[in-house]
Amino acid sequence: MLRIESVTGGYGRTTVLHEVSLEVPTGAAVALMGHNGAGKTTLLKAAVGLVRAKSGRVLLDGEDVTALRPSARVNRGLGYVPQGQQSFGEMTALENLQLVGDRAGISEMLDLFPALKDLLGRRAGLLSGGQRQQLSIARTLLTRPRLLILDEPTEGIQPNVVAEIERVISELTGRGDLTVLLVEQHVGFALRTASAYYILESGRITARGDGGSGAHDHVRSQLAV
Amino acid sequence: MDTLLAQVFTGISAGAVLLLIALGLTLTFGQMGVINMAHGEFIMAGAYTAYVVSTIVASTELSLLIALPAGFVVGGLLGVALEASVLRWMYARPLDTLLVTYGVGLVLQQLARDIFGAPAKEVPAPGWLDGSIPILGYDFPLTRLFILVLAASCVAALLAVLRFTALGRQIRATVGNRDLAETIGISTRRTDRATFFIGSGLAGVAGVALTLLGSTGPNLGTSYIVQAFLVVVVGGIGHLKGTIVAALGIGLLQAFLAHALTGSVAQVLVLLAIVAFLQLRPQGILSVRTRSLA
Repeated sequence: MLRIESVTGGYGRTTVLHEVSLEVPTGAAVALMGHNGAGKTTLLKAAVGLVRAKSGRVLLDGEDVTALRPSARVNRGLGYVPQGQQSFGEMTALENLQLVGDRAGISEMLDLFPALKDLLGRRAGLLSGGQRQQLSIARTLLTRPRLLILDEPTEGIQPNVVAEIERVISELTGRGDLTVLLVEQHVGFALRTASAYYILESGRITARGDGGSGAHDHVRSQLAV
Repeated sequence: MDTLLAQVFTGISAGAVLLLIALGLTLTFGQMGVINMAHGEFIMAGAYTAYVVSTIVASTELSLLIALPAGFVVGGLLGVALEASVLRWMYARPLDTLLVTYGVGLVLQQLARDIFGAPAKEVPAPGWLDGSIPILGYDFPLTRLFILVLAASCVAALLAVLRFTALGRQIRATVGNRDLAETIGISTRRTDRATFFIGSGLAGVAGVALTLLGSTGPNLGTSYIVQAFLVVVVGGIGHLKGTIVAALGIGLLQAFLAHALTGSVAQVLVLLAIVAFLQLRPQGILSVRTRSLA
């Protein structure tokens, strides 16, 4: 589904990623883990198109999308939930959803995230972090992605909302028609969700593995947490 | 009381002209970070469109009504041409765009001089705008009232587009967070072009309206562009409601000061008042309120 081949990239003259390669097979859920500053968000941004790769390629379903803008990648089935519970703060929650969804789609999302039902008329900038994260995931799902890229979806969110988000992601991946690439600091959450993982350090992949029973200890030893 | 009322009406109608011009600027400045000095020349293009229409359409009663949409289209197309040929490479580089668009403005002025000649052109006003209407005992000129209604209609139409249409939501999303808009599939390139069309089109409409107040010459836009930018900055860049308040506020302040003192002193004092205001509130009258830092 997604192949990142020897991507080098960063911001201006600063190179953050050094020939990173990563593969997310169709239907799989893959976690990308690493310390702060390892380059996880930059790698996701390179996949989405917000950071241009200086060299290397990004392939989506075999098609080279390296030169495409993010909106063109979204039209090809890529969905991205950025870090930091981002929303269009001046618009209401409903308007945030209407940007990408029709009435039926929005109704479907409200069934998936019932907490949003009573918040539709409220300005998104005034929602709590957890509410905004649910809004952000719902808005991305409305673009009908086949590959969902999530950047630290549980960061700074209270436990009951984390559980809610985990429930939704498991439900979606359980259907088998959604591929997931997840960046997550919360090792337990990541390994419960993902079937494989990569570890990124200083812009390089240093380890990878399957999410079996030994994965938790392996990841913790790699990350020394 | 009469004098007070007269200044209020003068101020509001001056504010209405500023508002028509500033509406388009706040859209393009807010969304793309472009300081478009050629916006003044789009006003001029609108005014010349009214002149051309008046030479083609025999009926002066009708020509204004035809010139308004024509001015919108001409201004809009010029804006799109400028965006597609030059500005798309310069987003978020305000100083570069200022210099480039200033140059483009000079070229457009010379072009107007070559096509229409240097002397100012008169556009005949329709007969139904002759005279005045008594409001609270003050004779309000119909041309001024027409411009006021036109500005109010443009604001209402723009607010309706932004609030109730998909394009409007896409424009607001792009103003709010360009990267985020791209990552939910909104083509910000297409949205930018549409915004430029609407913003520049409104300048064209302003140009048509200005033909009711005076003659049309190649320098018509330059006398308004700086004041319009002041309105945009005081209102809070990209904020329509702030722009409305700022345009009317500056118009009223200018009218009262000009009455009490002289026109030039009033302009200086208004400028000083704006500088003082921006020291206290650099973000303008309105700014985004949000719980998040993102």
